[in-house]
Amino acid sequence: MAVDRAISRVGSGAIESGRALADVRTWFPLLAAQLRRLGVDSVPIALFIAVFTGIVLSLLSKYIFTGAVPLYFVGALVGKTIMMELGPVLTGLALAGRVGANIAAEIGTMRVTEQVDALETLAYNPRSYLVVPRVLAGGIMFPVVTALAVAVGVTAGWLTAINLLDLSTLEFVKGLRLFYRWKDIWFGLVKAASFGIAVTLAGSLMGLSTRGGAEGVGRNTTRAVVLGCEAILVLDAFWALVLL
Amino acid sequence: MRFGRWCFCEAGEAVRADKAVSGCVGGWVGSSIGSSVGVSVGPPVRRSAGPLRMIQFQNVHKSFGPKTVLDGFSLSIPDRETTVVIGYSGSGKSVALKHIVGLILPDSGQVEVDGQAVDRLDPDGLKDLRRKVGYVFQFAALFDSMTVAENIALGLARRGLSEGKIDRRISDSLALVDLPDTQTRYPAELSGGMRKRVGIARAIALQPRYILYDEPTSGLDPVTSAVIDELMVRTRKELGVTGVVVTHDMRSAYTVGDRIAMLYQGKVRQEGTIAEIQATGDPIVRQFIEGRPREAAPDSGATVGA
Repeated sequence: MAVDRAISRVGSGAIESGRALADVRTWFPLLAAQLRRLGVDSVPIALFIAVFTGIVLSLLSKYIFTGAVPLYFVGALVGKTIMMELGPVLTGLALAGRVGANIAAEIGTMRVTEQVDALETLAYNPRSYLVVPRVLAGGIMFPVVTALAVAVGVTAGWLTAINLLDLSTLEFVKGLRLFYRWKDIWFGLVKAASFGIAVTLAGSLMGLSTRGGAEGVGRNTTRAVVLGCEAILVLDAFWALVLL
Repeated sequence: MRFGRWCFCEAGEAVRADKAVSGCVGGWVGSSIGSSVGVSVGPPVRRSAGPLRMIQFQNVHKSFGPKTVLDGFSLSIPDRETTVVIGYSGSGKSVALKHIVGLILPDSGQVEVDGQAVDRLDPDGLKDLRRKVGYVFQFAALFDSMTVAENIALGLARRGLSEGKIDRRISDSLALVDLPDTQTRYPAELSGGMRKRVGIARAIALQPRYILYDEPTSGLDPVTSAVIDELMVRTRKELGVTGVVVTHDMRSAYTVGDRIAMLYQGKVRQEGTIAEIQATGDPIVRQFIEGRPREAAPDSGATVGA
């Protein structure tokens, strides 16, 4: 019976989501604002993280490789690691805090102040109006922000290498290109897109299910961030198993 | 306070009568509201005979976890009258109101609006139902991120009205609630009473058949409460809408209500006209309407019909 109920809930959730997605007239005009809020406004924190990740990776790889492996491998390690793992995951975790908390708190406050009910009485579907534009914006903008973070992270690694590691630009680029495959890029971006969808969905669902005033908003905002981070780590392992 | 006269055109568009009387076909022009003392109005809106128009609760049960809120709640709300549901705080009045627009569905029993069971409507049917109903929330539930005008426009945009018509409805409905200069202000910049009036304007602008008011005067000073009461009376008389008001403010109930029903322990304890309620022999109802402390009245006695 429990399985039946679970299947029925997943089924009705899927139908509801499909219905919300089909209501383009409602969510499309709201998409641009969410692309800006979720994506553009998240660029500074993502780049801040990327700069320091690039510096540390460069220094760390020198420490690991000295006396064992030619130093131009620094470029390979910095490039591969940032493109495939640290770029998407660290950006995703940072945005799970920033974006996931923002969405959960906003929708949660709307829920406890009856603004979500008001939307429904005005014949809007809250999923179309509140959830779809945020989830789509997450799916579109997380890869964009991650791509910027990867570029900045690799650049920071390169600048560290030529200034602090006695490595020339040619050597760094040689290492960077040594094992490079196109897959390194798209693997990271596919992960980022899935993180974006997971984080925004967690924020939205936690927001909509908020009960009980300010305390409820605080509780569900925390839950949204925790759920978003957990989803990122699980999805990270999932994509590694499926795509590598 | 003076308010312009209103009429309904055949196309369903409310217009200021003093500006566009010639544009009205087959409607009525209500006389202007004179002063704060009383309300003088013309005949109610003429409507063609059609299907049954009313709201009916039939033996509705609703629980949240172990707490039973509605326990066999039955009530008929007649067309073109204002029915006030009174009861103690937390007695389930707001829960009952939310059943009418399907925000809450009953565990058993049913709620019918215009002969249709709300819980059996598909999403499109529910949207159509909600288009007939204006809902005024307890704390107004205005959208914080939008200006007053955008708040009112949101529901209108859903109906495919042109920008010109939307603008006119916004200014007309804000004029009706006596807040003509607030269009560009945000809810956070308004007082509690102003927010409630914007909430009413948002509902009126939709030109609904039903308006549901959830605690419209709670938390307001007596003068502002009286303004809101007068606004509700005027809304019914000028626009001819059927009203359901949930409140525990007896002064408000006597001012705006045609009928009063008391919700007690999940059921209707007594229902009747104002005179019938005021003459009640039911100790529970009498205690409530007289506002006496709970200990002072005997907690027994069968439900007394009006």
